[in-house]
Amino acid sequence: MLEVRALNCERNDRLLFRDLAFILEAGQVLQVKGGNGSGKTTLLRIICGLNDSYSGELFWHGAPLGEQRDAVCAGLLYIGHRVAVNRVLTPLENLRWSSRLHHPADDGRIREALGQIGLAGYEDSPCHSLSAGQYQRVSLARLLLRGGGLWVLDEPFTTLDTHGVTLLENLVRRHAESGGAVLITTHHKLVLPGLRTLTLGVAE
Amino acid sequence: MSQASAGAAFLATLKRDLLISLKRRNDILNPFMFFIIVVSLFPIGISPESAMLRQIAAGVIWIAVLLASMLSMDSLYRSDYEDGTLEQLLLSSMPLYLLVFAKNIAHWLVSGLPVIVVSPLLAYMLALPAEGYLTLVASLLLGTPVVGMLGSIAVALTVGLGSRGLILAVITVPMSVPVLIFGTLAVQNALAGGSPLGYLALLGAMLALTISLAPVATAAALRISVN
Repeated sequence: MLEVRALNCERNDRLLFRDLAFILEAGQVLQVKGGNGSGKTTLLRIICGLNDSYSGELFWHGAPLGEQRDAVCAGLLYIGHRVAVNRVLTPLENLRWSSRLHHPADDGRIREALGQIGLAGYEDSPCHSLSAGQYQRVSLARLLLRGGGLWVLDEPFTTLDTHGVTLLENLVRRHAESGGAVLITTHHKLVLPGLRTLTLGVAE
Repeated sequence: MSQASAGAAFLATLKRDLLISLKRRNDILNPFMFFIIVVSLFPIGISPESAMLRQIAAGVIWIAVLLASMLSMDSLYRSDYEDGTLEQLLLSSMPLYLLVFAKNIAHWLVSGLPVIVVSPLLAYMLALPAEGYLTLVASLLLGTPVVGMLGSIAVALTVGLGSRGLILAVITVPMSVPVLIFGTLAVQNALAGGSPLGYLALLGAMLALTISLAPVATAAALRISVN
């Protein structure tokens, strides 16, 4: 699905990584590890096309990634540090909009997804009144509304409680089992069958 | 799962931005109140003589509109940048310029339109002769979207900067000067008994040009800012 060859990235005159190469196939989960400032987020943003300060080659389903931006955007779901949930809107309004950018979902499906993610009863509360963990869950409901493809998740576990962590782990496992791929950064210890890891930065 | 269409994404973005503005009323009210305050200070500060006021009425209203739109622009992409919404816009499978255009329209509807609606009232206060009203409103209808979309490019370029202060005005004001000139000339021409249509046509041409080019430029600027 995704292939990275000889990827180099320098930021602010500091080398983040050099000669990075990996292949991510359908059905696989790759956890990117590394200390703070080792370039995990940068790597994810490069793959999504949000950062172009790199040299090296990226391939999406065998063809250069840069030449098929539309296909990549359609088959990729990115949830970054900033989770793209507006605080004055309700979870329902947020998801109504974000689903229209890719696969429109009707209100019934959105409410169902919010229920599954543990936000039943909060669909119509403004997001600024939610707790940090609930706020994060609003963005995770997008995982339920999008089909296959590549999930790129940047520190999705940070504010979740233990129940939320299990929930997300199950989502990731099910996505991989159904032929999707997941690229994830986290300091959390993931328990998944067939998990692969990539460590950035020099081990000290 | 139904396939997304560009039209649905356009409408959803327009609706979302209008909804956010309705929930954050200060964003609408502040520029509007600012506009009214600036215009109403002129009769007090210069002279309440209607002979004097009618000379400057069109210019005062147009300048106040420009300043008010500077004020409203600051919030255009800021919260979207801060909460990561811009990243999602860039990663949408829909054309970015279309979504940007939807945001521009929403912004004009909440910041430009109220000002235009109230402008005849303020024109009355400044003793603008009746034959100038229609031209004033027409010039504002054609001119304010141009200013808004030019400002949108500047905001997109500077949204990643921590504190941008006056840089936004420094970029936008010079580009807006032709709009100001033709807008006031149109009204003055109508007052002098001539036809304002020539100047309005020029404003219309500027509007057509900005509608076709500004969203593309804004989209490119956003890609740079998010990088």
